[in-house]
Amino acid sequence: MTVASPTDFEPQGLQPQGWLKYFSFSLDHKVIGLQYLVTGFIFYFIGGALAGVIRTELTSPISDFVSRETYNEVLTLHGTVMIFLWIVPVVNGAFGNYLIPFYVGARDMAFPRLNAVAFWLIPPAGILLIASYFVAGGAAQSGWTAYPPLSLSTPAIGQVIWILSVLLLGGSSIFGGINFIATILKLRRPGLKLMQLPMYCWAMLGTSILVVLSTPVLAGTLILLSFDIIAHTGFFNPALGGNVVVYQHLFWFYSHPAVYIMVLPAFGLVSEILPIHARKPLFGYTTMVYSILAIVVLGLVVWAHHMFTSGTPPWMRLFFTIATSFIAVPTGIKFFNWLATLWGGKLALNSAMLFSCGFIINFVFGGITGVALAQVPFDIHVHDTYFVVAHFHYIVYGGTVFVIFASVYHWYPKFTGRMLNEDLGRLHFLLTFIGFNLCFTPQHWLGLNGMPRRVAEYDPSFTTLNQVSSVGALLMAISTLPFLINVIWSAFAGELAGDNPWKALTPEWLTTSPPPVENWVGEAPLVTHPYDYGIPEGKIDLRVASGADLWFGGKR
Amino acid sequence: MAIPSTLITLLLGMVLVLVGLWVGQNVQLLPLDASTNAPVYDSLFQVLFSIGTILFIGIVGLVVFSLIRFRRRPGDLSDGVAIEGNLPLEIVWTAIPAIVVLFVGIYSYDIYERMGGMVSLNDHSAMHHSAAVMQASTSSAPTSSGSGNVANEPRVWAGIGSSDSAEGTLPVEVTAMQFAFIFHYPDGDITSGELHVPVNQPVELRMKANDVIHAFWVPQFRLKQDVIPGQPTVLSFTATRAGSYPIICAELCGPYHGGMRSTVVVHEEEAFHQWFEKNAPPKPVPATVASVDLNPTA
Repeated sequence: MTVASPTDFEPQGLQPQGWLKYFSFSLDHKVIGLQYLVTGFIFYFIGGALAGVIRTELTSPISDFVSRETYNEVLTLHGTVMIFLWIVPVVNGAFGNYLIPFYVGARDMAFPRLNAVAFWLIPPAGILLIASYFVAGGAAQSGWTAYPPLSLSTPAIGQVIWILSVLLLGGSSIFGGINFIATILKLRRPGLKLMQLPMYCWAMLGTSILVVLSTPVLAGTLILLSFDIIAHTGFFNPALGGNVVVYQHLFWFYSHPAVYIMVLPAFGLVSEILPIHARKPLFGYTTMVYSILAIVVLGLVVWAHHMFTSGTPPWMRLFFTIATSFIAVPTGIKFFNWLATLWGGKLALNSAMLFSCGFIINFVFGGITGVALAQVPFDIHVHDTYFVVAHFHYIVYGGTVFVIFASVYHWYPKFTGRMLNEDLGRLHFLLTFIGFNLCFTPQHWLGLNGMPRRVAEYDPSFTTLNQVSSVGALLMAISTLPFLINVIWSAFAGELAGDNPWKALTPEWLTTSPPPVENWVGEAPLVTHPYDYGIPEGKIDLRVASGADLWFGGKR
Repeated sequence: MAIPSTLITLLLGMVLVLVGLWVGQNVQLLPLDASTNAPVYDSLFQVLFSIGTILFIGIVGLVVFSLIRFRRRPGDLSDGVAIEGNLPLEIVWTAIPAIVVLFVGIYSYDIYERMGGMVSLNDHSAMHHSAAVMQASTSSAPTSSGSGNVANEPRVWAGIGSSDSAEGTLPVEVTAMQFAFIFHYPDGDITSGELHVPVNQPVELRMKANDVIHAFWVPQFRLKQDVIPGQPTVLSFTATRAGSYPIICAELCGPYHGGMRSTVVVHEEEAFHQWFEKNAPPKPVPATVASVDLNPTA
């Protein structure tokens, strides 16, 4: 006779096992992370197709590919999809969920159910947004900024669905932010100090603070905007005594920090990738942490630089110029630290490293044009032109999307237990890097010389450069093919990775690939020095000495 | 004996700075300059372009050099040097960007002031002055000036005023609507779809929008100002080169946003007067209250 133990009666639950769990309300942070990642990529391809429509329309100076209304719907959807359904969910939701519990030594996020809710808000919001294209009057036509009074006078149903969708996505983002803050601050393994956390934790802490502080402002603003549309209130309707510039202040109070919500996690991910593939400690850990915090604080007080040509008084223009310029200082610190991390290392020229270095180059370029744009007189000429379009694509695509690809190449072995093919990866990098720069570099000149953004028709003298730009966009589209083939083929037939193919020290590599449900069999490892790579200073290879001397003035 | 690396670094730095300065001075990316504001803008652009070039080439150079010089050779499984940081170095690369950014900020503030950006918009004399001119020249002003600007001096919310609130400022009322700009000259009671201005005379655009937000942009003037419904804005400039330049709407305003364009024609002084005389309605007899509103459509 056997006595049944309680575990025998433990119901299997409604949770499906195996591959089906990826389609379920799973509470496992790793499953949720991958759900975010794959969903994000689906929306990336939709947003990319929309970008393709834009670039096709712009191959000729007249409006001839899609109707003018459709063109505005397409550019609105492109912006909204890429920001709210691709970059924000992937750099925050996907990698945050997958990595943060590992990094703090926890078995899951602080609120696993809230976590699953946050993810499952995204597919309905995304479907809602895309579906609005097919309702009467079509999707929203007022750009992702939805400035009134334009957003009050374009077809109402599409605009209201857009608001609803963004509210859902904002809610998802806030839930995620609360969860990350709680996990990083409260779920740390005993003995692990804050200043011993991997840099991505700090980046996500800063990002989540921004999310929690600023996203509610966007939500409130959009609710007021929907009142104006549905109930004919007059918050932002000048005909009813409303003030359209107030909307812009409220909108950018979220939407400038949103830029940091998109790039700070990328900064964190790069800080994880570079030391491992350079076989060196992360340079200047402490200053990296403080520069993240400085970016968070400054990021909250620069929003009006989007409004230099709008209804802002002169003193405000001046204040926001200075505040915005100063963000370059903490950002600069991070870049110099990454360069110093590379210096004297043993750099593996694999896809993860190449995409990370591509990120550094692109982001520095976008940062330089950003400091220029912060200067009121400069901005007055190029505001709302293709110069700005080029600038922010250098930040969010050349910056963040490059990091997303680097991260996929870096963590794919952990996700699946198999390596990605490096040759296809390098081909992917080459095509993306060339295509991206070909697409967006000419747009700087177009903006300086008189091409405004969000237009379907333009001065015929700009035709050639627009066609060059479109060829670049085509290359970017083609570049996703080797990536897709690689990801799908490697999942089944890739070289087996083992638990720690990169010989890394951060905790996610100190378990099996893919990791078990609660991350570690047995106790979680205590990693107090996540970047402890490198040969101790006494034993320096002679070939390295000349490089290190440059940094140390030969003092050593 | 090898050349010391400090010397090579110094030389490379000097070459880099020279290249940056040369690029800033000699690579022309901007369109023709046709206003007093444009050369000022262009000098700011040159400074930013030089600094940007130095920084960009420097950092790309470092990345590419590192990728080649420090690449992992096949079979080498060892690590790099275990350098965790260097506080003096961190201080250097915090201080230098901070100083550069501060310098750029102060310089661009100076430029902005020279453009007239810091002129107080609501009590500057140009408004009063030109209002007086207006009343003197056309006694029928209150009836003809559409919005009754003169009487209640509406608050100007934003824009770029004229620093030299000169005697001869030419006021033009701009109305933006989907999808056109309408220009009205209160002095001559002319309404036009194109903006005609004389060379070397300050012009003050008083702008209002009827429906949604538009933006008035002339790339050759390096000036842009949003035209906002419910919030009058102002834009002052002095054209310096005769010719025709595009006026472009730069704020998404609806389906035909890309087609919302006009032209600013900068005339020599003589030609402007001819245009003005040709289009102005016959002067009404002064000081008769009963003078009929003769709104012409030019």
